[in-house]
Amino acid sequence: MTIYNMYIFDRYGTLLYYGEWNRTKQSGMSREEEGKLMFGMLFSIKSFVTKISPLDPKEGFISYKTSKYTIHHLETPSGLKFALNTDNQAQGMRELLKKIYSDIYVKYVIRNPLCGIGEPIISELFKTKLDLFIKQAPLSAARAS
Amino acid sequence: MVIYGVYIVSKSGGLIYNYDHNIPRIETEKTFGFPLDIKLQYENKKVVVVFGQRDGINVGHVLLSVNGSPVTGRTTEDGKDVFELIEAKENFPLSLKFGRVRATTNEKIVLASMFYPLFALASQLSPVPKSSGIETLIADTFKLSCFQTLTGVKFILVTDPNMQGTEVVLKRIYELYADYALKNPFYSLEMPIRCELFDTSLHTLLELVEKSGTANL
Repeated sequence: MTIYNMYIFDRYGTLLYYGEWNRTKQSGMSREEEGKLMFGMLFSIKSFVTKISPLDPKEGFISYKTSKYTIHHLETPSGLKFALNTDNQAQGMRELLKKIYSDIYVKYVIRNPLCGIGEPIISELFKTKLDLFIKQAPLSAARAS
Repeated sequence: MVIYGVYIVSKSGGLIYNYDHNIPRIETEKTFGFPLDIKLQYENKKVVVVFGQRDGINVGHVLLSVNGSPVTGRTTEDGKDVFELIEAKENFPLSLKFGRVRATTNEKIVLASMFYPLFALASQLSPVPKSSGIETLIADTFKLSCFQTLTGVKFILVTDPNMQGTEVVLKRIYELYADYALKNPFYSLEMPIRCELFDTSLHTLLELVEKSGTANL
């Protein structure tokens, strides 16, 4: 199981953070452009899902799968969006995203007074903690099983 | 296993077939006193609940009738404005019926053409080479499975999130499409499918899947 990359957006669509681990194909545009495209897609999927849903949706969009990768999506009530790309075998990514939000984002960004709200995250501490979290949690779990 | 609907999208993104299989009807009728404890708003030619979820009436539900008289747009059957009705104290108690609206055919066409760019973007934004577009999309209330043929026609199936084996069902629908729509001399490509034989065999297939699963397809 591999984790490819992750995007964090705020509720206005600003790309707060982009992390990359095992990505093998670049989209051929600048990171900023790609972020806009990704946010646009997630935004459209959200509206698509609420319209096509046969019942009242609560959490809405959770994930989609293509032949090569799966994107896992978590939106917090404050409008923060986490999107994580993995391969198709990955399990339990929703819990992982919730952990990234509560244990890493809240701890090292929200509780850091020097991190502006709604600005891209430049904190080195956040980056190292996130890298560490991604490297140890899922891969070791997959190897153990 | 519940199947909610089938959509077929042509290679240029137009909706050429849609069928609602069994979408549950969500409606709640309740008697309200003055003042109303839910916030209504007029949007998209409908009176929509925007705040104050209670007793099965959810945000996003649409006002269907006032005291049994159906509401069209923002007026009741006898021509009274809904917002004037609910603001006047002497009209209360009022019995209001709310429900989740089903997409109209026009809205379905819009949704189908919305799926088309999403499908393309998913393959463009892929972190690995040679990815296809969206194959399954999972939300908390449904699962959407999409099968794209080599010629670019997309078959879309909306089911409950736990449904297994949707690929087989989609392939079967493709077979039906090839047999009954494409072999029909009166059917022109890219145009909506209006073919009774296709309809009936699709309905039989969906019923079979709902009753006995996908194992014996």
